[in-house]
Amino acid sequence: MIEVKNLHSGYGRIPILHGINFTMKPGEVVGILGHNGMGKTTLLRTLVGQIKTTQGRIEFDGRDVTFASPSERARAGIGYVPQGRDIFPLLSVMENLKMGEIMRGGESAIPEMLGHFPVLKDLLERPGRGLSGGQQQILALARCLAGRPKLILLDEPTEGIQPSIVDLIAEKLGELKASLGLGIILVEQDIRFIRQLADRVLIIQKGAFVAEISPDQLYDREVVDAHLGI
Amino acid sequence: MTANWQGNGGLVAATVLGLVLLLALPQIVDPVMMIELTSYVIMAILALSLGLIWGYGGILCFGQSAFFGIGAYAYAIAVINFGDSTIPLLLSIIVPGLFAALLGYFLFYARITDVYFGVITLTVTLILYKVMGATSGSQYVIGAAPLGGYNGIPAVPPLNFPGRPELALSFDGLFYLSGVTLLAVYVGLRLMLKSRFGQVVVAIRENERRAELLGYDARFYKLATFAIGGAIAGLAGCLFANWGMFISPDVFGLAQSAQVIIWVIVGGTGTLLGPIVGCFAIQWIATKLGAQQLLNANLVLGTILIGFVLLVPKGVVPTIGDALRRLKFCPYVAPLVEQRRVP
Repeated sequence: MIEVKNLHSGYGRIPILHGINFTMKPGEVVGILGHNGMGKTTLLRTLVGQIKTTQGRIEFDGRDVTFASPSERARAGIGYVPQGRDIFPLLSVMENLKMGEIMRGGESAIPEMLGHFPVLKDLLERPGRGLSGGQQQILALARCLAGRPKLILLDEPTEGIQPSIVDLIAEKLGELKASLGLGIILVEQDIRFIRQLADRVLIIQKGAFVAEISPDQLYDREVVDAHLGI
Repeated sequence: MTANWQGNGGLVAATVLGLVLLLALPQIVDPVMMIELTSYVIMAILALSLGLIWGYGGILCFGQSAFFGIGAYAYAIAVINFGDSTIPLLLSIIVPGLFAALLGYFLFYARITDVYFGVITLTVTLILYKVMGATSGSQYVIGAAPLGGYNGIPAVPPLNFPGRPELALSFDGLFYLSGVTLLAVYVGLRLMLKSRFGQVVVAIRENERRAELLGYDARFYKLATFAIGGAIAGLAGCLFANWGMFISPDVFGLAQSAQVIIWVIVGGTGTLLGPIVGCFAIQWIATKLGAQQLLNANLVLGTILIGFVLLVPKGVVPTIGDALRRLKFCPYVAPLVEQRRVP
């Protein structure tokens, strides 16, 4: 599905990523763990094209997208739910959802999304800015999924969200992974959430992956301390 | 936005109100005022074009009068050469639209935004002012049309019924045509903004980066919006050339460029009604001030504008809209002033 080779990027002259390598199969969930400032968000933003790749190669579905624009990558099937959700505050919930699916064509995915996330049904006419943090997170996820991506990148989806909504998101992502073969790259500080969803976990330090562990190893205090110091 | 916005109540109310005004005004207003009113209507079309580009596209264009002037010149030059006004009318829309598309291509695809975009568009307008001003002399002729430098092109032939140059439009006819055009542009833009294209344009204004990550090429959508705005401004320029039967480089001047922005600011960005209201109000005040000797007109106008910016920063229409929504006033009036503000 996605193959990343020797990926380097950064902000201006400040390099952040120093040779990231990994591959993912369809339907796989890869968790990425690391301290703040280690390059987790930079990696996601480089994968979606918001930050230019300075060296290396990104191949998605057999196609080189290293220098493709963000909109081209989105149309190719890479979805992104960033930190802070980035919903359109003045557009209604329905309009936000439509924005997610316009590029897709064919039958509307919105009824299906409302089936997965029924909490949005009563909020369809409400402006995005009128939603709570948890509702915004659900909307951002539903909007992304309405475009039927093959791979979604989630940047700390549980940040500031109440536990019941975290559980709902985990449950739905698990279902969609199984039913749609959806690939997920999950950047998260919440170890419990990663354990619930991820097939494997990559540890990032100073812009490079330093270890790969299984989600079960996150129960092991020694492993967690060794890699994350928490 | 809201169900009201999505519904057609506001659009129907606006259309009915516009038609009533269009039919009633010639019956109750004296001929001199009708001449003024016709120019207000034409300028309102120009204001509406900037209202689209700036208020909805989030593109601050300081040079909207460039497209207005190009449309006016394209019409004047073509109609002098062709005699019949059908093709010149189309050229007055197509030429500025293409010019806007060309200019926009270089600016949007180079990712030039915000104040830099404003400076470049203003500079282009002033270059056009200088260039057209430098065309005096018998050597500056396009076909049978002398460009005339700062003296401009006089005796521009009026619009006529398609294919019938002898059936020229009367002055009353120009008022009705301008009014219908304003109404058609307003309704057309309302429908466009409700379409998927319009939703994407608004979404890009709200969060360009997010829209791109959902698969939209923001550059293309901004370019299309800019070109549409340019074409509408060109159409207004054609009507303006008909109104005065004269066109000069003054249409590219700094004053013309600035006043369009002022109309939109006073009326309110993020609405289509705002630029129309702002245009009518400011022009009416300027006309009244110009007719008296007691106070310096520019001083009074400047004071009014400063007062507006300080006291009604959102503009007239959004402020009224907010008040109506707070009062839950008339469901058919509130959507008229419904808005999607520039953040």
